[in-house]
Amino acid sequence: MTYVLDGATGPWEVVIGLEVHAQVTSESKLFSGAATAFGAEPNSQVSFVDAGFPGMLPVINAECVAQAVRTGAGLKAEINLWSRFDRKNYFYADLPQGYQISQFEFPIVGKGVLEIELADGTRKDIGITRLHLEQDAGKSLHDQHATKSYIDLNRSGVALMEIVSEPDMRSPEEAGAYLTKLRQILRYLGTCDGNMEQGSLRADVNVSVRKSGEEFRTRCEVKNVNSIRYVMQAVEAEAKRQIEVWEAGEKVTQETRLFDTTRGMTRSMRSKEDAHDYRYFPDPDLPPLVLDEGWVEELRAALPELPDARRARYVQDFGLSPYDAHVLVLEKETAAFYEEVAQGRDPKQAANWVMGDFFAALNRTGKAITESPVSAKNLGALLDLIADSTLSGKLAKEVFEAMVETGETPGAIVEARGLRQVTDTGAIEAAVDAMLAANADKVAQYHAGKATLFGFFVGQTMKSMQGRGNPALVNDVLKRKLGA
Amino acid sequence: MEATHFSLAGALSALEEGLISAVELTEAHLKAIEAVNPQINAFITVTAEAALAAARAADDRRAQGEAGPLNGIPLAIKDLFCTQGVRTTAGSRILGDFVPPYESTVTKNLLRDGAVFLGKANLDEFAMGSSNETSAFGGVQNPWRRRDNQGVALVPGGSSGGSAAAVAARLALGATATDTGGSIRQPAAFCGIVGIKPTYGRCSRWGIVAFASSLDQAGPIARTVEDSAILLRSMAGHDPKDSTSAEREVPDFAAACHRSVKGLRIGVPAEYRLDAMPAEIQALWDQGIAWLKAEGARIVPISLPHTKYALPTYYIVAPAEASSNLARYDGVRFGMRVPGEDLKDLYERTRAAGFGAEVKRRIMIGTYVLSAGYYDAYYVKAQQVRALIRRDFETAFADCDAILTPSTPSAAFASGDKQDDPIAMYLNDVFTVTANLSGLPAMSIPAGLDAQGLPLGLQVIGRGFDEETVFTVGAAIERAAGFSALPQVMA
Repeated sequence: MTYVLDGATGPWEVVIGLEVHAQVTSESKLFSGAATAFGAEPNSQVSFVDAGFPGMLPVINAECVAQAVRTGAGLKAEINLWSRFDRKNYFYADLPQGYQISQFEFPIVGKGVLEIELADGTRKDIGITRLHLEQDAGKSLHDQHATKSYIDLNRSGVALMEIVSEPDMRSPEEAGAYLTKLRQILRYLGTCDGNMEQGSLRADVNVSVRKSGEEFRTRCEVKNVNSIRYVMQAVEAEAKRQIEVWEAGEKVTQETRLFDTTRGMTRSMRSKEDAHDYRYFPDPDLPPLVLDEGWVEELRAALPELPDARRARYVQDFGLSPYDAHVLVLEKETAAFYEEVAQGRDPKQAANWVMGDFFAALNRTGKAITESPVSAKNLGALLDLIADSTLSGKLAKEVFEAMVETGETPGAIVEARGLRQVTDTGAIEAAVDAMLAANADKVAQYHAGKATLFGFFVGQTMKSMQGRGNPALVNDVLKRKLGA
Repeated sequence: MEATHFSLAGALSALEEGLISAVELTEAHLKAIEAVNPQINAFITVTAEAALAAARAADDRRAQGEAGPLNGIPLAIKDLFCTQGVRTTAGSRILGDFVPPYESTVTKNLLRDGAVFLGKANLDEFAMGSSNETSAFGGVQNPWRRRDNQGVALVPGGSSGGSAAAVAARLALGATATDTGGSIRQPAAFCGIVGIKPTYGRCSRWGIVAFASSLDQAGPIARTVEDSAILLRSMAGHDPKDSTSAEREVPDFAAACHRSVKGLRIGVPAEYRLDAMPAEIQALWDQGIAWLKAEGARIVPISLPHTKYALPTYYIVAPAEASSNLARYDGVRFGMRVPGEDLKDLYERTRAAGFGAEVKRRIMIGTYVLSAGYYDAYYVKAQQVRALIRRDFETAFADCDAILTPSTPSAAFASGDKQDDPIAMYLNDVFTVTANLSGLPAMSIPAGLDAQGLPLGLQVIGRGFDEETVFTVGAAIERAAGFSALPQVMA
């Protein structure tokens, strides 16, 4: 099922590579002690290092290095024990030092691989070229004043991981799947929060087109795309543009472009001729970054279980269907919630509840799993009440709805509302007797051969018991009384 | 004895014995500055009131028995070190009235040990120069004069010209300085005093306005070898805020001044014998060799084959790093700003007005050698040669314990002499840049006078982090030379 775009000259194949900038989750910046929290007052999280004051020097933040190593390990990539920081020189008002400290020639992480899965179930390996650490720039605000620009340096110096893929993707869907999977892994690792709307994760999309079997043609880079949906749209829009260019007999020129989300088109930002000469050279303020192999192995050993492994375990150990397992591991928080519910209980029943009533309740209330009124502990307790026959399945749903509304424990709700299932045979017999007495005509019809009335008797008995009768016991007693 | 004529060690004894107070010592130096500085322009900023307050505090500490190793010693601070609350100019217009909200690690260490800061010493703009003529605050006059023409003003050397002139003219007991290609040793030699550039990493660079990060190193300028040892001990030490700072104990350098050179092997590099070298420089070098031999040192001929590439290598590496280090002076956040039509115009106007000619020249050279297409031919090649120069020294130090060379190819020259000829100016550093490229410690010691009565220095280069041997050899030269001549302009 190859994705192709049809042009006037026939089908075209699309070639895509992504450069993803992921903000490292850390308390402080890559080379300074300033805080990194999102949404702080402008210029309130800026050290003299971040502001490029005279005589200030960078000192590497070990936690950011550890996060890069964890990410590399999570992408099954080579960890380079020797790497180096370089300066990328250019002038801009939100770049206080006049250069960005980055890793140009010797990145901390080398080749790796990321497996994506498409809607039809096909799997594909996408190569990771490299991952390197670099500083973010500040933010220029051009729309606050008629003639002035404002600069916010809170982001200046925040650690980014630039994760570069091989040009291995061949459709918008693959690009979307790659970014989704990468974000999922980063979140599992806790190395990037993946919040694209806050700018914690942004993608530069490299696109080219070619006829089947050809070498790569010239590519264009669509900068700073900030949602998975936009990445997919940008790929298609840019590929179509390039096809038109080639088919008009012209050449695609290598350039940097922007994706206009309102018009759904890319437009030129700067051509290769206007490209900056960044004058990269090794940063003399920083010695090479040399990692201890033992330390890297400790980090690797302490990695959390990643989604693919977790999904396989759910299928193999819990007997879940691949689809259910896939849904439950999508978000780290969901998987953790599910595992707490399933712990020591029937994992399939737990999965049904989490994916059924629980997800429905979250959807209905518009709440995230982390702010759910029903905790995993309480949902587990509810399953326990079903298991020990305190609640029937029907009563359990009623109790669950009360839990969503009140956030209380199922035990408290059962007690307060008297929803405990009746398993006392004497009480059930009394109820059955009263019901049969009140419906003597129906009993006669039943004995005359109208067997379908049995269901009617069950319903009437349950009704008289406000639904609390244990359905199995009610059945047994009725059968005995009717001599069936 | 005039209070300004103490050695630093002598002043410490006098303070300890109560012969003089820190306030008296500071007042004497402030008076000297008032009298002499208008002529020689060694200070850009004098902080008289703060100095007196610091001196009073020093006297109080001594009374309390809490005197530090430099308690009450008045010093000049090269205006490249950021000093909290005191304007720091780097000798440039572009820093405008920049007042740092922080104190450099080196000056903080000196304050911790009780030093009194008299003010900020003049320098070449951003420490780029060998004559102190590139300062936006005017040149500095060398306190020494030629015998045959006392009226001609000579340069003090650079870039630490203000520090050297202030110490030579008895306006301070010592000074901080920095050395990227010879900026401590060459002015020390021109002004007849002692200066040491310690091993790269010995002193923290944190809070020092950067010129070329892989070469910059702070060190002291003083009138005796022992005085410079006392100062360096306070200035040095590991600093976690500077990733290139060395995690090493700071030895008692002053103790090393009293050791004998007997049995030490002194290397004499053949390649430092320049074709056009003045006879009196050669004679001084031979004299130095004879002194050390007489003291029991063994003289070893050595070879440093890549020496001739050192100067061109330096003039690629240093401007490359400088072009990047100076990008932050853009008029956006601090310092001078010349408004413009747009951002690019603001940059161009600010930097055009803010930087002097020499700084612009080096920014252009540095930008050029880092540019796409030229990077491999210049910057990468220079790094390779730098590695070879480093290896030359490693090989040489297998056969010797210290190396003796002249400090400079000439004595101080007249102001304006080489200003129009950058290459001639750059040649001043021919003996000194190798120590920066290799990171090794090196000291200049006044060893004699030329025919015009101007001081000449000898240079001692040591192994990495072996400043102690440098002090031992330097002190031996000092004793043998018995250098006692005084400059003509003096407090």
